[in-house]
Amino acid sequence: MSASDLLPGRRFRGLLRKEFVQIVRDPSSIAIALVMPVVLLLLIGFGISLDARKVRFGVVDENRSVESAGLYHAFANTPYFRPVSFLTAREAEAALMRGDISGFAVLRSDFSRHVIDPVRTADIAIIVNGVDANTARIVTGYAQGVVAVWLLGHRRDRAKAAAPAASVEHRYWFNPEIRSTNFIVPGLIAMVMTMIGALLTALVVAREWERGTMEAMMVTPASMTELMMGKLVAYFVLGLGGLAVSVTIGLFVFEVPFRGSFAVLVGVSSVFLIVSLAMGLLISTVARSQFVAAQLAFLITFMPALILSGLMFDIESMPGWIQAATTVFPARYFVSSLQTLFLAGTVWPVLLPNLAALLAFAVLILAVAVARTRRSLE
Amino acid sequence: MWRRIRSLILKEFLTLWKDRKSRMVLVVPPLVQLVLFASAATFDVTDVALGVWQEDRARPANELVGRFADSTAFRVAATYDNPRDVERAINAQQVKAVLHIGQTFSADLAAGRPARVQLLLDGRRSNTSLIVQSYAVGIVERFNLERRFGRAAADLQIETRAWFNPNFESRWFILPGLTALLTMVATMLITALSVARERELGTFEQLLVTPLRPMEILLGKTVPALCIGFVEANVIAAIAALAYGVPFIGNVLLFHVAVILFVLAAIGIGLVISSIAKTQQQAILGVFLLLSPATVLSGFISPIANMPEWTQALTYVNPIRYMMILSRGVFLQDIDWAIAWHQLWPMAIIAAVTLAYATWLFARKLE
Repeated sequence: MSASDLLPGRRFRGLLRKEFVQIVRDPSSIAIALVMPVVLLLLIGFGISLDARKVRFGVVDENRSVESAGLYHAFANTPYFRPVSFLTAREAEAALMRGDISGFAVLRSDFSRHVIDPVRTADIAIIVNGVDANTARIVTGYAQGVVAVWLLGHRRDRAKAAAPAASVEHRYWFNPEIRSTNFIVPGLIAMVMTMIGALLTALVVAREWERGTMEAMMVTPASMTELMMGKLVAYFVLGLGGLAVSVTIGLFVFEVPFRGSFAVLVGVSSVFLIVSLAMGLLISTVARSQFVAAQLAFLITFMPALILSGLMFDIESMPGWIQAATTVFPARYFVSSLQTLFLAGTVWPVLLPNLAALLAFAVLILAVAVARTRRSLE
Repeated sequence: MWRRIRSLILKEFLTLWKDRKSRMVLVVPPLVQLVLFASAATFDVTDVALGVWQEDRARPANELVGRFADSTAFRVAATYDNPRDVERAINAQQVKAVLHIGQTFSADLAAGRPARVQLLLDGRRSNTSLIVQSYAVGIVERFNLERRFGRAAADLQIETRAWFNPNFESRWFILPGLTALLTMVATMLITALSVARERELGTFEQLLVTPLRPMEILLGKTVPALCIGFVEANVIAAIAALAYGVPFIGNVLLFHVAVILFVLAAIGIGLVISSIAKTQQQAILGVFLLLSPATVLSGFISPIANMPEWTQALTYVNPIRYMMILSRGVFLQDIDWAIAWHQLWPMAIIAAVTLAYATWLFARKLE
């Protein structure tokens, strides 16, 4: 690529205008860049909660005593549970099967006798619906907590002795209220970037091949590099637009803190966008049809950005070979940089290695993509 | 009429199958996604790198630290003696959490005052941190119980059982859900693109001059997608059960009925997109615009019951919601037809409405 190729000559300006006209004419690409982030942010931000609240939880009271009523109220008094009373375990089991309740506690008929006696164990069974394993684990933890606290309190009241206990005071750095929007916004930016970069670019170039307009453009004086640069620049601008929309909504609607530097954010995002665009270009040289291009883009850019980036699942808890696999997908470095920039600040020990990795990807993939596109002409 | 439709169905199959790349794309992506999800998608957090800042060297404090070190969840990765090092380590993500035991911990405990330990967590990864916190609370609770009542009593305090998934395996609920999700993606893409591609390439007009009626054309587009979706769901379910050991204890016939209704609903939505979209690009992006929120609102990752009312209301028009419950129910829970019925009829209605709407849109465009 010589320097004159990069200068915005008249021909190049014309190509660029063509790309923008195409984008404006087809509202679907603008929808992906600007509307989708808004929809997803609003849905996820207002609609999703990862912690369990007001879980419908059954209490089977076979004991019918002051103590069992006390435990029922202990459940009712936490924000986590909305207890439902059952007379027999069978009714509760049927409700669990239907999915009406997430679990239930059984207080057996000799519950109150056992509770009073501190050396004996209280007969309490907690049964949860394990079908949703994640929720089940959280519900189990909460339910055990409620029972344990109530049991301790109850026995303490009876013994009239203050009992010492250790307690955990937790402090979440960078995100003290543990708001899920705070980590979703960085993730969403990564999603939008891969969508616009890889998916849209792959589709658009594949369409030119499919329709035969690529050959038509090749007979014009415009060089292949110019053609590709025209596309890259247009979708680069669209991608930055998506970034602006996501960040604006994140900051002003969801009040996600931003503690880093905006310049670094734009810089890191630009590099990642170039990586994505190059991947889209590469995909389109392999897949000449839009169906195949869409599937490939989804598979090698979007899915890794979602699953292998540390956005949803903890990378260090994955099996070794998957951890190794995450290192060859650029999304991982981008998500980590975004999370740090938004919530922690411009922490160079985290950002520098990520940025270096992204730059290496950008150079490598762009080189391969350009080489392959050139070769596919012959 | 049937012969006409048969040849159209054959043509649709051939379009998808004759090209090697498009054949690969039908088979490889679902398999790769399955393997990735099965291995990577876990909410279990293991081997957490824990930093320890211990200012109290008395026995109870040592014992508590020892409990963290001995647990399967944590490994002590570093120790600190001043707040500056702690801050640096968390900032640079060298550890996921730091346990801080202050100078007065053991003295407070002995004197019967509330004794606090601090757990500093990295809020950038709040998902992970929430789980780490619950592990830590569990360890401290047990520490308290054993101090108070002795080891045996602490063991038997509460008896807990998780039905259908006794060990809380993430995989057991991710893979049945993924069966629904991957089937949805494949069938929607195939149908959404089928009409759009014909229109973009101009072969649609050719189709129109054949004696085929709009209804018949749509039928010709539906049957191949239904077959592919049905086979795909079964293959994924079989792999989940045989290769990944997810128990499949339910009724196979019920599963098949559910899959057919679900795939029909997906096809209906795909065809609606297809008849609105002018180009393949619009069709593909339309699928994405619909699928991303539909995945979020399906209960795949976060339970619908935890959502606010208005998002819960939105989930009722989402076919994945019903299939998610059915798939998990058949796999793990062996639900019967009476329970399944509540999930089956909404999918049938979604399928009927979208297919009818697509036919109408289609017929109107022809005139």
